[in-house]
Amino acid sequence: MVARVDFLLVQFLTGLANASALFLIASGLTVIFGVTRVVNFAHGSFYMLGAYLSWTIVRALWDWGGREPWLFVLGILLAALAVGAIGALVEILLLRRIYRAPELFQLLATFGVVLIVQDITLALWGPEDLPLPRPRWLRAFIEVAGERFPLHDLILIFVGPAVLGLLWLLFQRTRFGILVRAATEDREMVAALGVDQRALFTGVFFLGSTLAGLGGAIVLPSQSANLQMDLAIIAEAFVVVVVGGMGSVPGAFLASLLIAEVQAFGIVLVPKATLVLVFLVMAAVLMVRPYGLLGRPQAHARAPAGSVSPVVRAAPVVLKVVGAAALALAAAAPLYAGPYGLTVLTELAVFILFAASLHLLMGPGGVVSFGHAAYFGLGAYGAALGVRFLAVPMEAGLVLAPLLAGLFGLVFGWFVVRLSGVYLAMLTLAFAQIVWAAAFQWVELTGGDNGILGVWPSPWARDKALFLWLALALCLGATLLLRRAIYAPFGYALRAARDSELRAEAIGLDAARLRLVAFVIAATSAGIAGGVYAYAKGSVFPTYISIPKSVDALLMVLLGGVQTVSGPIVGAIAFHGLFLTLLQWVEWWRAALGLAIVALVLAFPEGIAGFVQRRWEARFGATS
Amino acid sequence: MAKTTRRLFLAAAGTLAAPGLIRAQGTQPIRIGEINSYTTLPAFTVPYRNGWQLRVEQINAAGGVLGRPLEVIWRDDAGRPQDAVRLAGELLDAERVDLLAGTFFSHIGLAVSDFALQRRRLFVAAEPLTDALVWEKGNRYTFRLRPSTYMQAAMLVEEAAKLPARRWVTVAPNYEYGQSAVKWFKQLLSARRPDVEFVAEQWPALGRIDAGATVTALAQARPDAIYNVTFGADLTNFVRQGNTRGLFERRTVVSLLTGEPEYLDPLGDETPEGWIVTGYPWDQVNTPEHTAFRDAYRRRFNDYPRLGSVVGYDTITAIAEAIKRAGSLETERLVEAMRGLPFTSPFGRCVFRAIDHQSTLGAFVGKTALRGGRGTMVEWRYADGANYLPPDDEVRRMRPQTT
Repeated sequence: MVARVDFLLVQFLTGLANASALFLIASGLTVIFGVTRVVNFAHGSFYMLGAYLSWTIVRALWDWGGREPWLFVLGILLAALAVGAIGALVEILLLRRIYRAPELFQLLATFGVVLIVQDITLALWGPEDLPLPRPRWLRAFIEVAGERFPLHDLILIFVGPAVLGLLWLLFQRTRFGILVRAATEDREMVAALGVDQRALFTGVFFLGSTLAGLGGAIVLPSQSANLQMDLAIIAEAFVVVVVGGMGSVPGAFLASLLIAEVQAFGIVLVPKATLVLVFLVMAAVLMVRPYGLLGRPQAHARAPAGSVSPVVRAAPVVLKVVGAAALALAAAAPLYAGPYGLTVLTELAVFILFAASLHLLMGPGGVVSFGHAAYFGLGAYGAALGVRFLAVPMEAGLVLAPLLAGLFGLVFGWFVVRLSGVYLAMLTLAFAQIVWAAAFQWVELTGGDNGILGVWPSPWARDKALFLWLALALCLGATLLLRRAIYAPFGYALRAARDSELRAEAIGLDAARLRLVAFVIAATSAGIAGGVYAYAKGSVFPTYISIPKSVDALLMVLLGGVQTVSGPIVGAIAFHGLFLTLLQWVEWWRAALGLAIVALVLAFPEGIAGFVQRRWEARFGATS
Repeated sequence: MAKTTRRLFLAAAGTLAAPGLIRAQGTQPIRIGEINSYTTLPAFTVPYRNGWQLRVEQINAAGGVLGRPLEVIWRDDAGRPQDAVRLAGELLDAERVDLLAGTFFSHIGLAVSDFALQRRRLFVAAEPLTDALVWEKGNRYTFRLRPSTYMQAAMLVEEAAKLPARRWVTVAPNYEYGQSAVKWFKQLLSARRPDVEFVAEQWPALGRIDAGATVTALAQARPDAIYNVTFGADLTNFVRQGNTRGLFERRTVVSLLTGEPEYLDPLGDETPEGWIVTGYPWDQVNTPEHTAFRDAYRRRFNDYPRLGSVVGYDTITAIAEAIKRAGSLETERLVEAMRGLPFTSPFGRCVFRAIDHQSTLGAFVGKTALRGGRGTMVEWRYADGANYLPPDDEVRRMRPQTT
């Protein structure tokens, strides 16, 4: 196909328009992260609220004063400011109370907000997509090289740079902006100098949320306000932030240009690549520039407050007794629980191992993975592909599962462990999305999104009680081995490398290698969980690898408490138990789950197990 | 918008109140376990739920089935197949339902269908469109109501083959539904019209279409006609960019499902005219069956029916007919009763084919038009599903014959 110049020009301009919209959302996210270090999942929700609010406000203004352009501009500005106010409110009511919690814990709270906003939006605006009726001037176009180009897109092209300029002025010329830049660079120092952090953080949330709201409002004329927009945008916004360098507004601008143009031309060259394109770009950028295009290594390797973790001690006798009793109770379930109860216990066993494997990375390893579902899913696909192509029995399938997951853990881990912090987490996400896209699109191998069916257990294990015992033996056995690894010299070395890489290397520990080993162990364990899950469900789908599945694992670990060895177990039981109960019995289960998460976050800022441990130690002293 | 909200509450209140009423009568109800993506896709599943509720109330008011009232125990699958499978187990084991029904997404329908096979229980799949459900992955215990991707594509091919257009482009969401819809359209159209060629294709990610870039990329191929499979929010974006950029001018567009009120209504005054679509002109179908259904629906919910409402309504009709025919709730007898089961839909007489367990429920094929600032269908006709299925030998070849 010979591409003509006029086509290239129009496609390039279209890319520029998309870049502007993307930049509005990403700039807000990057400012919030830069100052507060909060990974704000709710940013997509603010974007969605921006669209819905401007739908309501602009239509009200138009009903009052006619469909004038200036009323439209006024409407979207009002909507953006309203969203900013909502963001500030979330910061004041929720996040402000948990800044001292361990790193990333705030993510849990923002995820609760996502769920609540989804149901509130559904309740207020109803289930149907709401497009803004476009008056004539919003449908106008200009001719560019003989092709039509929407006037709205043309205006968008200028909005992005204009907002960039305004942000530059704000950051260079105002006291607030200077403080924001200072806090992005070194927030402990800013605090030590007596700056009111509370006002600063609230201000930053207001600014960031306003930008997200403006993003949602300004794209409304070419789209519709709908209930899927929050999750559709959030992954892409994170990609832009990371590719640009976290905290860097000019970086976010460059990255949105890059991503939008790659999209615009990528779909012409490889139309089917739409699912992975942005994640391929991110993986490539992070491999070459580990801190994004314009990012810098987080200055001053001072350990952030709260991350100096307590020594891991052996569990007190009481805990061992409680654990053994719980295990015995689960194993005896066939005596008292119905078939559905056994199904639930089997799932719990699987999720405990899934959470525990992520915890090995996040707790002792100090390596946060946003893409842990990849290894869970690879385990499930290992088993399912064995069934589909080799017709292997369940016993062999359960061996293939950890092998496939571990192999990919080794390959991906090799790249991942070179990075650190959120960049590392985002690279794991990129790899997970690439695996997900492969499972989704390689239809001949994986059956695509219709999945692989008929992955049922061998005849001897079809009985629900026997399968439960098998799941308990494999999953809890592996979980106990993971615990053992934390107490072993390997675990001590891993923690040493986490707490001080320099000192660890000075005594001859190879930090990167230790983390790689931990990564492979975690991937293999997640693979076992995925394999058991595949046989429990009878079918395997790409959803097992999707972002929500990775988020589930994160939520379980954070809810239980990163800094305790029992945290993932408690977290898995609490989170999955809550989800099951609410999904089954409450129609507005998302709002209920979100409120429950928020309540737990406020009550237990160190996680549930962390809270219990602290109370225990305060009462009885630490056992050694 | 207040209306929609109230409808949601009414729906919830209705189901909460129903079991109590029925128990008061002192007869054990027949329990149907229903699973669907209520929170993930409320725009489609809420009218669907209204549809089955209406039918359950009608049947119970007329004395139930085999002298027993119907009761539907419904669950939200949160859009995830793994949860749907767990809930199917919960419905069978804890709620002791007599059969399973529902689902919207194809992969969830397949997961529940495989589960039904494993447990040897009847599953009436209401909405999933994938052909695999009755062909490659078909099984003895699964029956599907809605006209499949193949059937709807075949209906459009019939019209597309009459067009002079020779250069075609396609745009479809990048997942199984979109892929199958394009595959069948290409295959069937090429068979009828060896002179057509497909010169470009676009595969936007579901829910994340880059509409401006997609429209320009399609226009660049200089097609005579466009085959569209996008729907929902993607369709709105695509239509708006296409309208402004002039993609649809002097070109014929053939578009799957776009005439369904769920997808047509949000287009509002930007509904493009003259698209050849499958859909449901709810306001114009005035057969006695449909008029009765529409009036009852409006009385009950103070809203007009969507396609989902018809699907929900028919699902219960079919189940009730099967139980009557079987005279029992025993699964194997129900399955035998479902095979070749005739039933009456608001769309007319249909039958569940014995050969592949697909119902012959059809769809309306017509053109889009703009009337008073709203999209509607004109020059439509009802396409009976029975006429848009492959020959029996081919079906037998595609469907595993052991089950």
